[in-house]
Amino acid sequence: MKELIMAKYGEIALKGLNKGTFEDILVKNIRRRLRHCGKFQYMRKQSTIYIEPVGECDLDEVMEKLKVIFGIGALQRCAVFEKDFEQIKAQGIPYLENALKNAKTFKVDAKRSDKSFPMKTPEIQVELGGAILEAYPHLSVDVHNPEITVMCEIRDKGAYVSAERIIGAGGMPVGSSGKALLLLSGGIDSPVAGYMMAKRGLIVDGIHFVSPPYTSERALMKVETLCEKLTNYCGDIRFYCVPFTEIQEALRDNCPEEFFTIIMRRLMVKIANIIAERNEYGALVTGESVGQVASQTLKAIQCTDAAAEYPVFRPVIGMDKKEIIDIARKIDTFETSTLPYEDCCTVFTPKHPKTRPVFDEVIKAEQSFDFAPLIEKAVEGTTVKLFRIENKEEQE
Amino acid sequence: MIYLDNAATTKPCEQAIKAVEDTARNCFGNVSSLHRLGIESEKLMNSAKKTLLKKLGLQGEIYFTSGATESNNLAIRGVADAYKRRGNKIVTTAMEHPSVARTMDCLEKQGFEIVRLSPKDAIDNFEQYIADNVTADTILVSCMAVNNENGFKVDTEKLYRLVKSVNNDTIVHIDGVQGFCKVPLKGDLISLSGHKIHGLKGIGAMYCADKIRFTPLVYGGGQQKNLRPGTEPTELIASFEAAVKAYPTDLTHYKELNEHLRGRLSAMEDVYINSPDNSVYNILSFSVLGVRSEIMLHSLEEKEIYVSSGSACSKGKISSVPDAFGMNAERADSTIRVSFSMETTTEDIDALCDEIENGIARFRRTKKSRRKGNIQ
Repeated sequence: MKELIMAKYGEIALKGLNKGTFEDILVKNIRRRLRHCGKFQYMRKQSTIYIEPVGECDLDEVMEKLKVIFGIGALQRCAVFEKDFEQIKAQGIPYLENALKNAKTFKVDAKRSDKSFPMKTPEIQVELGGAILEAYPHLSVDVHNPEITVMCEIRDKGAYVSAERIIGAGGMPVGSSGKALLLLSGGIDSPVAGYMMAKRGLIVDGIHFVSPPYTSERALMKVETLCEKLTNYCGDIRFYCVPFTEIQEALRDNCPEEFFTIIMRRLMVKIANIIAERNEYGALVTGESVGQVASQTLKAIQCTDAAAEYPVFRPVIGMDKKEIIDIARKIDTFETSTLPYEDCCTVFTPKHPKTRPVFDEVIKAEQSFDFAPLIEKAVEGTTVKLFRIENKEEQE
Repeated sequence: MIYLDNAATTKPCEQAIKAVEDTARNCFGNVSSLHRLGIESEKLMNSAKKTLLKKLGLQGEIYFTSGATESNNLAIRGVADAYKRRGNKIVTTAMEHPSVARTMDCLEKQGFEIVRLSPKDAIDNFEQYIADNVTADTILVSCMAVNNENGFKVDTEKLYRLVKSVNNDTIVHIDGVQGFCKVPLKGDLISLSGHKIHGLKGIGAMYCADKIRFTPLVYGGGQQKNLRPGTEPTELIASFEAAVKAYPTDLTHYKELNEHLRGRLSAMEDVYINSPDNSVYNILSFSVLGVRSEIMLHSLEEKEIYVSSGSACSKGKISSVPDAFGMNAERADSTIRVSFSMETTTEDIDALCDEIENGIARFRRTKKSRRKGNIQ
């Protein structure tokens, strides 16, 4: 018996004339993700991608990989039969045994897009439901809240029977919305922000600031681990590592202590601007959430925002810490994010940072020293690593 | 490279490396085997036991373990279980290594009464203070011989004598990891580790005096009197023995290094020695006020000088040891631990001190007003 996986579109299905482009990107993403799982034939029809294995492969593993690909609304693993109702009954019912033997209620949901099939949709539902009841007498039918919904679709190329429908990752295929640069600190919020923007179809690359000897190599290793984990959702990630020590020391020596953090963040954004421009990024992404820390008050965000030359996306801006942590756990970055290494944000933390910095004062404090040469030097010294899906990293 | 983190681990000596290779090539039999290869391995193991006992200067049995963490668990949990009918109280200290401290926490949850004594409450006669807390229902005293973070030394011979004079039935366990080969050790049970004395990681031992009982942590094929079953790692055991034999007996070099380092540090402003007067010479802890430990550590690292910010076991976790010695937060936060080997030279110390001075000039530019030196 042949099995295949149907990946049903999420939002792409609603697209108009551009739909084809989105589909192309989604199929490309799926192909890349499955390249180590075996050979597959792909077919697009009726807002669904049919992923059909050619030869041996572990479909459980394939399902696991597909579950995290953005752009897929739902996944259905099904058996393929000839469009012959007797055959569907004879082979389809045993196929459903695993799903049905421990259930109490079910219903049959049929679709007939091939109108040449002799039975009509209600007929298929009644007939197949009856046959299932006969085979599994412990079941009863519940059309409103069934435990299991058996799907039977009569399509152009065959009849598909399935009882396993999984909600997909949703969102838009990564790469369909452009490229953005994620400011990754190593904390809990920024990986979540990256994940959320990837879900909207952005290619998300990371930028991180290191200040040895104030920050340790372990802090960098931690951020690299986060990148590796994010590739699972974001696909390949380019990781820019910016040497930040001199800037922080200049900051400490030349600016008032209460502005350290806010000016530091402005300088980070300025560096990100340059890297974004040189590498054609269209936006910056940060993990800021209003009110979480002193540098994330409305006034402080105004100050950092003013330094940006690109739109700054802050997908977790309105989320509670707990909500962010829930996502961090889901995408498996929480444990890594909470490792206790010093990162560049906590070096020289002022005792009493300004929570309501006056914009003009910040600018004045920042202008008391010419950071431009140091910024250029930091950009020049930036190293790039490429993290590929499946935990492989490459030095560029 | 200047390696000054020998309390974390040491560079394996050539003798230990050679012993592994020789044993793996020529004496790989299973100690339990009935044939000649097994007997040769058994002889090798017995020789190692004798070497360790000789170094300790004690009579009794040696059990080889995977390291001191296991030895500490085996001793404490083993004794607590074997003697629980005799009493419910265990006396230990607030400066212990986590492999002792966490084990005690675990026993406390099981219902044992754990008394944790701080050196700061009796720094001049800590042994007496421990013995004073021993009662008729105290089954175990567990104390480290040398503290790993500041070198504070407990006279284990005195401790043993005092504890036994209060309650002869109380068992004395010594975590001898930092003291082995450096100070005399005395106890009913003593935990030892190979990699702190230029042996390899993954091998430790527990000394057990005659007539002391303990229950095993794991069950298996009856090796080591069924108290620590599992095929004996003869390669590692041989390396442990080689390291013990190779460890020098004249340790005056440590004293010279220590005095030299103290001399240099005393010339620096706002640098304070944390090691109590009664400390071993090979470990020196001090605080460079105004510079956080981690920053100083990484800046020394840039010059290939390796020190510790306290205890290396926990990578950034906060240790309870500074508190046990009454150190204030700022001093604890700027602690640097230097630990020597016999290969350390005074030139190494000078290089270290030069870099510390550079670090002070570079890092100690803010927060001057908040710098205070006093503890206790």
